[in-house]
Amino acid sequence: MTQQDTDYLDQLEAEAIYILREVAGQFEKPALLFSGGKDSITLVRLAEKAFRPGKFPFPLVHIDTGHNFPETIVYRDEMVSRINEKLIVGYVQDSINEGKVVEQKGKNASRNALQTTTLLDTILKYGFDACIGGARRDEEKARAKERIFSVRDEFGQWDPKRQRPELWSIYNGRIHKGENVRVFPISNWTELDVWNYIRREKIELPSIYFSHERDVITRNGQIMAAADHLNMDDLDIISSKRVRFRTVGDMTCTAAIESDADQIDDIIEEIRASKISERGARMDDKVSEAAMEDRKKGGYF
Amino acid sequence: MDLLKFFTAGSVDDGKSTLIGRLLYDSESILADQLEALQNSNRKNDDGTIDLAILTDGLKAEREQGITIDVAYKYFQTDKRKFIIADTPGHIQYTRNMVTGASNSNLAIILVDARNGVVEQTVRHSFLVSLLELKHVVVCINKMDMVAFDQEIFEKIKKEYASIAERLNMHDVTFIPVSALKGDNIVNQSENMDWYQGKSLLDHLETVSLIEDDNSEQARMPVQWVIRPQTSDLHDYRGYAGRVLSGSFQVNDPVTIMPSGIHSVIDRIDTFEKELQITGAGMSVTIHLKDDVDVGRGDLITGSNHQPKISNLIEADLCWMDTKPLDPTHTYLIQHNNKVTKCKIYEILYLFNINTLEKVQSDTFLLNDIGRVVIKTAGNLAFDLYHENKANGGAILIDSRTNLTVGAFMFRALAD
Repeated sequence: MTQQDTDYLDQLEAEAIYILREVAGQFEKPALLFSGGKDSITLVRLAEKAFRPGKFPFPLVHIDTGHNFPETIVYRDEMVSRINEKLIVGYVQDSINEGKVVEQKGKNASRNALQTTTLLDTILKYGFDACIGGARRDEEKARAKERIFSVRDEFGQWDPKRQRPELWSIYNGRIHKGENVRVFPISNWTELDVWNYIRREKIELPSIYFSHERDVITRNGQIMAAADHLNMDDLDIISSKRVRFRTVGDMTCTAAIESDADQIDDIIEEIRASKISERGARMDDKVSEAAMEDRKKGGYF
Repeated sequence: MDLLKFFTAGSVDDGKSTLIGRLLYDSESILADQLEALQNSNRKNDDGTIDLAILTDGLKAEREQGITIDVAYKYFQTDKRKFIIADTPGHIQYTRNMVTGASNSNLAIILVDARNGVVEQTVRHSFLVSLLELKHVVVCINKMDMVAFDQEIFEKIKKEYASIAERLNMHDVTFIPVSALKGDNIVNQSENMDWYQGKSLLDHLETVSLIEDDNSEQARMPVQWVIRPQTSDLHDYRGYAGRVLSGSFQVNDPVTIMPSGIHSVIDRIDTFEKELQITGAGMSVTIHLKDDVDVGRGDLITGSNHQPKISNLIEADLCWMDTKPLDPTHTYLIQHNNKVTKCKIYEILYLFNINTLEKVQSDTFLLNDIGRVVIKTAGNLAFDLYHENKANGGAILIDSRTNLTVGAFMFRALAD
């Protein structure tokens, strides 16, 4: 990497640290939403930079759908014990057991939509007034319009027409009781920026980001990890492929790409050359062109 | 590699979204699946080519109405530079979004329709750019294909614009004749306008110098958070965490804490990785002082040489951003960096007619009004004038009843 690349990453890093410290200063009970994906792992490193040698002024919160890649959970638990910070887990299974949500049926069933309810319940239970997330504006069209401090109403809803103007680096986090704010410190980072940063900082990632042999099935043109959660039947033919994942969500909605990239340098080269943007590997966005906008309005991250 | 943030201002039909789409498309910044979604869309130009405006139209509501309702941020990178684009709508009711986009940009692109020349909206957009003190302005005279790529039309518009630039005290203005629809002079040099010898838009964006007056004398860092681990091995650790707004700080520099005026000396500058001898604008650091003084969030650490102004009566330009008009009897909150204090609009001096630039009298501000006021704050603010130091010269106004951001201030003078 050239020296010049570093300058740009320094600017993005300084902005993200600034935003995290604003969260600490402006809110009573913030939380950091941790998914086990590379973006939230990057947030954890940025939080270390913002608050060490002190403790984080917030816990990590993971919404566990029960359909995670096992590698993600192993990574999460090791990381939490290494950084010695508090982790709160909200379980989608609990929401199902309590009858708050109903599991989808059929072959393409996913718990992705259900986690919104579990997230909102977890926010309510602990009284979180700000939730830090790893969303980036380059991911998707609706996210391109999201503020860095994004106010959600009592129902967790985002109203794109009522967003507060965000001027200079002045963030208005004032809210009424019951409302909360989603904060996105790496809004201005691109996928490549995140990878370059991970390389520069030598941040460890869950193993599924790197090329590995895996039993997979091909469904709707996408390679999916073979798992019971996918409600497989005789039409799904399991084969073994060398794959990796560009994004880490649930096993039911995260597609793999065939890849031999097992080193971070290879991954960065692969992304540079790539012709498919990151969210192209997410089944949940394929539903319709407005899929993300609708989910965000409903309280999704 | 450095970073250029720019925004585009144009009227509804000036082809702004098409211009951004063209920049992304011709610089090969569109990925395959985005391109696929684009090609699958029903929206096509009259000649059947892809409508590039779709690339920046994010929301369902916008697609239905064919308009842009909010600031959309786009990212792209060439071999020379990284870019962040704030795509802001041009309708009059969205002046507030333009002000927002401009506040976060180093450069403005103002679009003029070659068929119409300089119109009322061009004046308005230029006024906002000068109000927010953007140093670099590019006037793209668009739709040159609709006027047969006529040089005379380009020159005529350039001349019309020069008088606006002079009135608004804009110095660095570059004119480029383009066709966003056909791609002339956006990324690639036009083959239809041999008479134009200047750079294409992208070439200009890649090479414009970003070395600005860096206010190096005005060392400022607002304290965001005090780091106090209070563990047995770090019992006395007390670090003031923040991001340097302007200027630079060095170990052993004498500093003054504002607004209290307490003096101390920098003992140490920390980051997560290492201690620094010196730090500068934009960097997030932790500063330790030699004396055990009372410093907290909202305080401003300043270099002892060039002090900020300290006052509770300030003359400022105000852009009103709420649908509810300004109530001069109401007590609002002002947020200056991370300090929040109560505030009243003490006096309305005048409003600007932003189409004619005349000053007019008024008792209130309506949505998108811009004018000069005197504000009175409950506590003293430690600020700089906006034209001297943007980073410490702006503030927002918050309505404590709705918590909405209802106005933006640019500090212009101490009030008597």
